[in-house]
Amino acid sequence: MASPDLSPANSGPHSNTVLRTESLSVFYGDSQALSDITIAIPQNQITALIGPSGCGKSTLLRCFNRMNDLIAGLRIEGQIWFHEHDLMDSAVDVVAVRRRIGMVFQKPNPFPKSIYNNIAWGAKINGFLGDMDELVERCLRRAALWDEVKDKLDKSGEQLSGGQQQRLCIARTLAVEPEVILMDEPCSALDPISTAAVEDLMEDLKADYTIVIVTHNMQQARRVSDMTACLMLDANVSQGRRVGVVAEFSPTDKLFTNPTDPRTEAYITGRIG
Amino acid sequence: MGRVQWKSPGRFLHWQERLVHMILAIFAVITILTTIGILVVLGTETYQFFIKAETTPFEFLTSRKLEPEADPPKFGIVPLIWGTMVVTFGSCVIALPIGLASAIYLSEYAGSLTRSILKPALEILAGVPTIVYGYLALMLVTPALRYTLELVGIKVDTYNAASAAIVVGIMIIPMVSSLSEDVLRAVPQGLREAAYGLGATKFEVCTQVVVPAGLSGIMASFILAFSRAIGETMAVVLAAGQLPQISGNIFTSVQTMTAYIVSVTSGDAPFGTAEHLSLYAVGSVLFLITLCLNLFSGWILRHYREEYS
Repeated sequence: MASPDLSPANSGPHSNTVLRTESLSVFYGDSQALSDITIAIPQNQITALIGPSGCGKSTLLRCFNRMNDLIAGLRIEGQIWFHEHDLMDSAVDVVAVRRRIGMVFQKPNPFPKSIYNNIAWGAKINGFLGDMDELVERCLRRAALWDEVKDKLDKSGEQLSGGQQQRLCIARTLAVEPEVILMDEPCSALDPISTAAVEDLMEDLKADYTIVIVTHNMQQARRVSDMTACLMLDANVSQGRRVGVVAEFSPTDKLFTNPTDPRTEAYITGRIG
Repeated sequence: MGRVQWKSPGRFLHWQERLVHMILAIFAVITILTTIGILVVLGTETYQFFIKAETTPFEFLTSRKLEPEADPPKFGIVPLIWGTMVVTFGSCVIALPIGLASAIYLSEYAGSLTRSILKPALEILAGVPTIVYGYLALMLVTPALRYTLELVGIKVDTYNAASAAIVVGIMIIPMVSSLSEDVLRAVPQGLREAAYGLGATKFEVCTQVVVPAGLSGIMASFILAFSRAIGETMAVVLAAGQLPQISGNIFTSVQTMTAYIVSVTSGDAPFGTAEHLSLYAVGSVLFLITLCLNLFSGWILRHYREEYS
């Protein structure tokens, strides 16, 4: 099966848009989780997904790298485009997709391997032929972790603190040279100092990567992101259930200072959610 | 607002708590006393054996002559150790790969429907009485081996170590698969997601992330299966026979330590003779081997836990 070339060189007219959904709906079995999501993720910017618990932020994020494939009974309707490639096309090689669109998870999840191998493993399985030592050092430096771990690269990644583990996970993601990094509440398990370190890092990574971050923390969305999508639970008329929809998708400054959607305003001012 | 009535708590009084504490402690002590009792009996009878048989532990463990009914009798258990090891290693060669592969399949590949059928089916293997495995070996495995191997000119005896190893191997598959599957399923889903997120294939996730993360538990299941195979008796007696010999040919009869104990207890050796007492000495050796394996599995668990958490 020929897998489409996923490199940005093949980008079409929307060269600023890296990821785009069109009328995306997601169903867990019979119950609908997301309805009619249409958003475009801009290149080299940080896009935040905010909204109350259970509105489908993480589900949406996981659509972008086909991570939802791991969940039995999950069904997706509508389209997801990565540059001009239809990510839901059955010919798409999910392994290649996930390499191009990396992910950092809510709970730091380093492999029970050495710090060195946490970084090297992803590169190795993807056929990296270059200087591995150099790659490991470069990724750890890029994730602002090198100085803290350079003397204990052979120690288990699980021995690091929570904040260091999360930066290790970011470094590990960088090692496979993705274009997009999806972050699913990357700071929710971290203390404020580690959170600040990760936020600084995101700001720094923006120059080279497109970042999509799910966060519960509206201050964080406001601090780090350029664009914000506010998701809401909406009554679905046909099903009588509440499903996630995008209430508003605007530049972060505008969304937080002058929201157009009343539900967004209610949420960011703390009246709902 | 009216006051709510509370029922009298009726909890245990102090002395009742103490009584419960004591009763539970007694039951815990009983199991320890049983173990100590077994150790004392094995130890004293083994000591008696070495006096009666006029032999030394060194000779007992290193002599290749086992002739308990000769005059004077000779007690060297190397043939028994050899027979035990042939059957045990043979069964592990069969059970470890099949058990681990089943565990990986059940934990990582099978759908929930498949698993709900396959897992109980595998565990039925553990519920089959071992004597049944014994006659399966005699009636099915040995004739099948004989039929196929005679085509290539290999002679298979009626009682042979290979059949015993095959049936014991089948018998211990569920130990490996069941324990290993539990271990694999306990590997956090986050690790799998992390690996998939880096562009790993399912096979890479299983073999390079999930299995290494569960390695200590998998090793522990291997060692448990190994010690189960060492202690297996009935199936081995029926399949491998009672001929204490050291032979490189796995298609001839061997006698294992457990089979020797059976033959002495079911034979007509008078009580208190060296031959009768020798079963305690063999039992002690069996006990020590199993004890060492258990200690070893504990060491492995600790060793890998240091590395993996």
